[in-house]
Amino acid sequence: MQGIDIIATVFMAGGAFFMITGAAGLLRFPDFYTRLHATGKCDTLGEVLIIVGCMIYQGWSFITIKLIFLMLFIFIANPVGTHAIMKAAYVSGLKPWKKGEARR
Amino acid sequence: MVFKSKGEKAFSMIVTFCAMFLFWVLLSAWIVYIPQHYDLIEISKGIICALIVTLISHELLVSSRGEKVLLKTLRMIPYLFWELWQIVLATFDVAYRVIHPKMPIDPRIIEFETTLRSDFALTTLANSITLTPGTITILVKPETGKFWVHALAEKPADALLVDKTMQRKVAHVYMEE
Repeated sequence: MQGIDIIATVFMAGGAFFMITGAAGLLRFPDFYTRLHATGKCDTLGEVLIIVGCMIYQGWSFITIKLIFLMLFIFIANPVGTHAIMKAAYVSGLKPWKKGEARR
Repeated sequence: MVFKSKGEKAFSMIVTFCAMFLFWVLLSAWIVYIPQHYDLIEISKGIICALIVTLISHELLVSSRGEKVLLKTLRMIPYLFWELWQIVLATFDVAYRVIHPKMPIDPRIIEFETTLRSDFALTTLANSITLTPGTITILVKPETGKFWVHALAEKPADALLVDKTMQRKVAHVYMEE
């Protein structure tokens, strides 16, 4: 195993860790809004770390440029999607969970 | 989008065409640069595709010829690096709250007003808020620059209400202080 493989593996493992954390947050958090926090945040960095791992593993080529575009679009699309779901829930009248209430 | 003159329309079309063709070259460079495949047919395909996209959507990319676009772009670069670091912090923060056995969350909805008015500045701030520690934008009122934000705990809420680092940085980038 070469050094570059180890670095790529570290990045991909970090990405996988954050994706799993996001899934755990989806199960543990008490209501809709807080669950969106878990998925929206952890998925962004998780996906990007996995893509960076792919870039390091692949080496410099034209595929790197495509992966950079992919990262850019994830950074733009992920917050917009999270915000759209959040706004839809807020406008339709879902009450946010307050500390001390039972989980939903 | 209303154009003031034919010159502005031509300008926006040329800029869009160049950007689209560059994008095509970057995505299909493996066709263009391999010696055996190098021929005009492949490149003319790219030019035709870029032309079609330009005709349909040239208003979108160059929406306005605002002042000091270059300066704003230059100011954007350090902001983007700061934002990237904030994203890393945000993810560690949320991951810590998820994994901690007691789940230290205290969600709340906060409201604040900003001095920003333009579409780009408001979109940048809303996206930045969603990407940074423990806060997600719910609603934005463009007329008064008012934001409704859902915060996961007290600390990230104070970062927006008391420190206002992010608002100041975005206002600096778009020069709308």
